[in-house]
Amino acid sequence: MTAVSTEQEMKIIVFQIKDKEYALPVERVRGIEKLLHITRVPKTLPFIKGVINLRGVITPIIDLRIRFGFDEVVYNESTRIIIVVIEGMEVGLIVDSANDVMDIPVASIEPQPEVVGHRIDEYISGVAKIDKRLLILVNLEKTLSLDALQESMRKEG
Amino acid sequence: MDMNQYLEVFIEESKEHLQMCSEQLLELEKNPDDLSIVNDIFRAAHTLKGMSATMGYEDLANLTHKMENVLDAIRNEQITLQPETFDTLFLAVDDLEAMVYSIAEGGEGKRDVKDVVEKLLLIEKGESLIPTAANEVSAASAILEPKIVNSEYDEFEITVLQQSQDQGFNSYELKISLREDCLLKAARVFMVFEVLEKIGEVIKSNPPVEQLEEEQFDHSFSVTMVTKESVEDVQKKVMKVSEVDKVQVHTIDLEHLRIPVPVEEQEPVVTASQEAPVVTTVATEQTKKEEKKQAPVKSNSSKTIRVNIERLDILMNLFEELVIDRGRLDQISRDLDNQELHETVERMSRVTSDLQTIVLNMRMVPVETVFNRFPKMVRQLARDLNKKVDLQIVGAETELDRTVIDEIGDPLVHLLRNAMDHGIERPEVRLANGKPEEGKILLKAYHSGNHVFIEIEDDGAGINRERVLNKAIANGILSEEAVATLTDKQVYELILASGFSTAEKISDVSGRGVGLDVVKNTIESLGGSVTIDSKEGAGSVFLIQLPLTLSIISVMLVEIQKEKYAIPLSSIIETAIIKKEDIMNAHNQQVIDFRGKILPLLFLKDIFEVPEFGKEDEFLSVVIVRKGDKMAGLVVDSFIGQLEVVLKSLGDYLSTAFAISGATILGDGQVALIIDCNALIN
Repeated sequence: MTAVSTEQEMKIIVFQIKDKEYALPVERVRGIEKLLHITRVPKTLPFIKGVINLRGVITPIIDLRIRFGFDEVVYNESTRIIIVVIEGMEVGLIVDSANDVMDIPVASIEPQPEVVGHRIDEYISGVAKIDKRLLILVNLEKTLSLDALQESMRKEG
Repeated sequence: MDMNQYLEVFIEESKEHLQMCSEQLLELEKNPDDLSIVNDIFRAAHTLKGMSATMGYEDLANLTHKMENVLDAIRNEQITLQPETFDTLFLAVDDLEAMVYSIAEGGEGKRDVKDVVEKLLLIEKGESLIPTAANEVSAASAILEPKIVNSEYDEFEITVLQQSQDQGFNSYELKISLREDCLLKAARVFMVFEVLEKIGEVIKSNPPVEQLEEEQFDHSFSVTMVTKESVEDVQKKVMKVSEVDKVQVHTIDLEHLRIPVPVEEQEPVVTASQEAPVVTTVATEQTKKEEKKQAPVKSNSSKTIRVNIERLDILMNLFEELVIDRGRLDQISRDLDNQELHETVERMSRVTSDLQTIVLNMRMVPVETVFNRFPKMVRQLARDLNKKVDLQIVGAETELDRTVIDEIGDPLVHLLRNAMDHGIERPEVRLANGKPEEGKILLKAYHSGNHVFIEIEDDGAGINRERVLNKAIANGILSEEAVATLTDKQVYELILASGFSTAEKISDVSGRGVGLDVVKNTIESLGGSVTIDSKEGAGSVFLIQLPLTLSIISVMLVEIQKEKYAIPLSSIIETAIIKKEDIMNAHNQQVIDFRGKILPLLFLKDIFEVPEFGKEDEFLSVVIVRKGDKMAGLVVDSFIGQLEVVLKSLGDYLSTAFAISGATILGDGQVALIIDCNALIN
């Protein structure tokens, strides 16, 4: 390995959904909140859980579990809301837990393996293997952009 | 860049001057003999020219200069006013506006203005666009520029100078030149005067003070003053003002003055003993007037400041947060039941509600800002359509929230165009119908309660019920059976439906059938409404009702199972509690008999798919809401109460949410959704 200082690094936030670890670049994250009261908004997509009052700003909340096609679970003590910025808006993502901030070398990021065998693959921009952990980098645009939402809205009618 | 700090001021002021130009041009068109109006326009154009030249916008300065030449010729009665003259002047103003806007958007302010310039030159030469015999140019009356040399004093001033000298004051005449590149001449003048007034008394200035304040001088001006200071001291003190290039101080020889100055061209100083007293009084009055004029100008400028709209928005946002916290504090104090806390919170509530009034008022803008572009538009349109129209504006000072102002411009343009195209008849038709040749459109704005009303009234042909109905049936908006039951008002409202256009001929003014439904949608999205009244042959009235502000509204908070929703008070008629057995079934719709009227019931629990927890009650709480003349009962679980809330948008993400117009944050920090009653009733 070369010296750390010469190598390009990237700071990421690591969070967990089900038994997998996911990651987001830190500059996309505005903050991590404990679970707040969520107000349900009727007749929207199933993974949009509603809105919260985030310091005076009404912020929509998306359950990443449902967005990734996993089963819904009851929220608990470790459930977190990661506030991210997309298209200039703040959006909250519900994750099972958010445990880590890490520096990873950019070189360690690989395109996702060909066979993942799950429908989440379209939301992934790459994977990074650090020691024995496999971190899945989430593609926020594919996951959250309005176009993507409208797309899935059409699919589900 | 050095200029950047002035750019914003330049743009704002240019817009004001241009607005002034077009307003006064319209005025002049009505009173072509009133040459004082020409002076006003000339002054505005002149200032604009100076400003744009300083800022380095050559094209802007050039065009203004050409326009100024024409105005000067008009002022000196060298050319007569023709409709075409006005057209060209308006065209020039339009071009200037376009340039200023391009500068505002970060452009260069360049534009191809060859046509206009040519026309202006033609007019200036007296070769009116339509050949007329206006070629006689009287050169004699051309030179009237105020002279810089200040050697003429009237009797009154001489008396003052005389008395001062008797009391040991020296009289000086100062010739002050500013640097060529001085940007804020008026400010420098002000500073010079301040210096002078500290050391003595200013008797007279040439040009007069008002003109100096409006920067209507080249680079030098002269001042006559009395002081006890020496010539050198006065000179030094004035030189301390920056950007002053040169100061020449002469002592005034009173003996010399008293002998009538050789009459040069005009306005001799009157010395004849009989007339003298008269002149003196006039002069005194003039000085008094001058003083009076000076005072309000100064106080005005200190009373208003320009504030960036963004800052006001930020202030509003912060204030909204405060309102939310106030609600929260209120709740905490009630829970804790502490007397002192109670009192403090109550005081704070009073202060915040005062603050709310002020913050909301600060965001209020007179509708004038929208209205003032209409006269020019109507004039142009009238010429295009060959109609004669007189636009009257009443209540332009009525104030509305800035967010509303931003939105109503286009709908109003649509309605005005509609009134001119479809409402007002051609002059010959009007005469045949026994109406005055000139049509009248009245644009009226006024406050009433929590709303602002804007009326557009024309004395044109009115709306033909039959034609509207036929068209509606032809376009499939209405079925033939439904026709008989419609009231006149309902028929008129059909013209606001989409895909409707009654004009037999499609014109590019209006009549594409897309206009009026856009108006309706825009107004309704602002929480307002449009109603139409009309009398065939006598004209129509379009009445727009708008809320005063969009950001803070009164709502009724209700509970549905465990969720809280807010219903805008503006759509609620009343609330009622009904027994379950009173519900009747009509087809698939559950209805109740409410004061003799059949009222459809909407179960919000079902509409919003609220998860159920508790069991059903024997009594139902119903909020009766309306949209237009339609009513419905919204069934909820309980009423919580009425409160003022800050309306927040749900954002792009959730814009598709059904029947939800926004959200608000309650005292306990939770979000409550605001129900859009208009979407529920259809």
